Amino acid sequence: MAALWTLSLLLSACLFWPACLALNPPAELPQPHNLPPSLGANSSDGGLSVDLPMPLRVFSVDYNHVQAPFEIVLWIMLASLAKLGFHWSGRVPAVVPESCLLIMVGLLVGGVIYGVRHSAPPTLSADAFFLFLLPPIVLDAGYFLPGKLFFENLGTILWYAVLGTLWNVLGIGLSLYGVCLLAPSSLGDISLLHCLLFGSLIAAVDPVAVLSVFQEMHVNDQLHILVFGESLLNDAVTVVLYKLFESFLRLPSVSGLDVLLGGCRVLVVGLGGLFVGLFFGLVAALTSRFTSRAQVIAPLFVFLYSYLSYLTSEMLHLSGIMAIVTCAVTMKQYVEANVSERSKTSIQYFLKMWSSVSETLIFVFLGVSTIQDVHMWSWPFVCSTLLLCLIWRATGVLLLTAVVNKLRRNTVTFRDQFIIAYGGLRGAICFSLVFLIDDFPKKRLFITTTIVVILFTVFVQGMTIKPLVELLDVKRKKRALPTVSEEIHSRLIDHLLAGIEDVVGYWGQHYWKDKFEQFNKKYLRRFLIREDHQAPSSILRVYQELERRDQRGDEEAPPLVDPRSHSRPLLPEEMDSIRRILSRNLQNFNNKQTPAYSRHTLHQDATMDRTRKPLHRHQSLGERYTFNTQGEDGEFSGSRRGRAGLSRSHTVCSMSPRPVLQDSSVLAAPSQSRGLVDPKSSAVRKEQISSQHQAPDGRAPKKQLSFVLESEKQQ
Amino acid sequence: MGSKSSSLNKIPNAQELMQETGFSAAHILRLYERFEFLDVDQMGELRPEDFGAIRELSMNPIGDRIISAFFSPGKETVDFASFVRILAHFRSTETNRTRDGAQPEPANSRTRKLKFAFQLYDQDRDGKISREELLQVLRTMMEMQVTEEQLQSIAERAIQEADLDQDDAISFDEFRKSMEKVDIDHKMSIRFLS
Repeated sequence: MAALWTLSLLLSACLFWPACLALNPPAELPQPHNLPPSLGANSSDGGLSVDLPMPLRVFSVDYNHVQAPFEIVLWIMLASLAKLGFHWSGRVPAVVPESCLLIMVGLLVGGVIYGVRHSAPPTLSADAFFLFLLPPIVLDAGYFLPGKLFFENLGTILWYAVLGTLWNVLGIGLSLYGVCLLAPSSLGDISLLHCLLFGSLIAAVDPVAVLSVFQEMHVNDQLHILVFGESLLNDAVTVVLYKLFESFLRLPSVSGLDVLLGGCRVLVVGLGGLFVGLFFGLVAALTSRFTSRAQVIAPLFVFLYSYLSYLTSEMLHLSGIMAIVTCAVTMKQYVEANVSERSKTSIQYFLKMWSSVSETLIFVFLGVSTIQDVHMWSWPFVCSTLLLCLIWRATGVLLLTAVVNKLRRNTVTFRDQFIIAYGGLRGAICFSLVFLIDDFPKKRLFITTTIVVILFTVFVQGMTIKPLVELLDVKRKKRALPTVSEEIHSRLIDHLLAGIEDVVGYWGQHYWKDKFEQFNKKYLRRFLIREDHQAPSSILRVYQELERRDQRGDEEAPPLVDPRSHSRPLLPEEMDSIRRILSRNLQNFNNKQTPAYSRHTLHQDATMDRTRKPLHRHQSLGERYTFNTQGEDGEFSGSRRGRAGLSRSHTVCSMSPRPVLQDSSVLAAPSQSRGLVDPKSSAVRKEQISSQHQAPDGRAPKKQLSFVLESEKQQ
Repeated sequence: MGSKSSSLNKIPNAQELMQETGFSAAHILRLYERFEFLDVDQMGELRPEDFGAIRELSMNPIGDRIISAFFSPGKETVDFASFVRILAHFRSTETNRTRDGAQPEPANSRTRKLKFAFQLYDQDRDGKISREELLQVLRTMMEMQVTEEQLQSIAERAIQEADLDQDDAISFDEFRKSMEKVDIDHKMSIRFLS
């Protein structure tokens, strides 16, 4: 309670400070030049008469000296304290996404400043946004991008990003023009090009807003990567279309050739950003190779090179977002192999911190900038924009998904499609872009409409998406459901097919992936990674070999408690709970083992831990191997979602490794180690499982052993 | 095209394999390259360890079952012909139309596909999926936080739904019947293999 009071006191202090400072006259009175120079800084006392002798100032205030950084820090402080406050308040973040709350804080602050100063509060300048606030967020997203999942779904993502955005832009632009034609009195002076320009900036799905809302939702990884990847990649299309229409507006006339050139430009912008990012990523990887003597500044290179790639591509009018994402993805594996453990952690923490601050600031400023005196309202325009955004997005997603489902094995279900369509939130990018439009009579209308659309999507869509999805799940259940056996067998088949694809080296994906991996191993890794770090690959193989042998040697099913010959029919509640369990636990059948991207927490990298931890714990001499990989994920991440990390701890314990494959053994490890991941019911579960394991003789001591180890770890 | 036929020659029994499985020459060649890639010590045969070297497969919950499905019972290696025959199960049935009825049932028919999936459960090859076998598979596929009782009740329900002759196990016919609403051809086909 005391913490809450302290926080709110600090918060209100921060709230009112800028307001009070705004009361100060903005310009200082000029100092009389013939005053005898005094030793203290004297500025706020200007206005005294010349004749009085100036005593020595012991204490004085010189605000102008520090004004700019002071105010910046105060804004950041305000935003961060607000964020702290929300997380303390318990139930509220579950209902209202953080972005909404931050915008409301911004609205409040803006209102206060407006009330005190009677003029518009500082708005988010487009330059500040694009140059300072956006890069950290995108860098963070790119660095923690689940690479495998992303590249596997790349085709679909590109499909949605490029074609979907085009569809939206053209659709919204043209229909808005139709609306303008229908209301010539108020909207007559908006030309087609203006409508298309507006369409291009309003159609773009914003990665910042999407991420912040999806934090709180339970979406499977595939869906997450689809929406997120789309919002990242459509930047190329959006920016190009925006600049295209803007330059068309400046031209006296537009010819077909210009349109064709515009199309080429999309390609150039996208690929150009990609290559810039690749270049800087490789240079960063190379630089990190030589940082062993000065480890402290190693993280700095990551940020510098990424930012440089962003700035370079912005300079060349290429897609900065693509550049920075590519840079992060490229350099990640090499940098993490080269730098020390602490540097790695520093990089990750700083990225998270900066992106968090950026995001918070963006939303607060969105709120503040809403309070302006430049609004121009027009009911038909605003309402039709809102409607058209929703309609075009929905139809676009439906159409595109119908086509793409034929080419994918894991189809995008209707629920997913709904989330993709409804989760297309607009955010600060639209806002900044609309300010950059050349001035024309209806610009204020555009600004107002953009703000309304952003607020609508963030508030209404952001808050209702979770309940709607849950409703949809419920409704889906009421229709003809697959039986439990169908679900289980279908999932088995999905796993089977994934395995067969891995065996065959599925042409389109794994084929190229294998090729790249070979190239990577032969050339890139040797060039970009320090020599002493390259050895583990053979140790890795040994470890994997050993683990595999152990898993095969470790025996299988516990006997049943009481095999029932005829069973009672299950109650509907039990059926429901069964379905819920199945749907949640069987969902991730491609089992990528990487945790979903999260802004607020830092998940340990799955594969790296798997290699490092066992190498530490492998003390035994051939009798007993205990590998506990990723066990700490559940505790470390502290995420509210139960799926923290999707990790499976393997606690393998065997007396004698048996290399023969003939036994029908199964990875019994997950059943044993499940107790580890869920600390709350582990005590109960341990008893259950250990009691069931009494029967197989010779194996009982083994299993007891593994639980002893588990309990040690938990303490 | 000349190079392709000459490189087909190094594959033993290429023509028969193509006839039997319905793969085209290009696919046989592609599979042979993959076979050689997996066969790290160039013995002309694959061992379980070679399959185990495929990283994603080792992370697959039923990875070891899939691997053992490649090996006939009792054998410890798999040669190229068996490799291809197993993979023939996963061709799409759409390209089967040119076959006449006199030939034996192709590997990628619906029944054969289902049989393959059935045998992933039925490791002791007694023709039935017993409760224990079902539980084993469930346990590996389920991720964390499922208690033993919940698993039991799920397995219970699954057997209840499918078991028509009340022998507390799922025979192949019952399995097939329970999957009649599922589009097996779409689910169990690797598109590029057709």
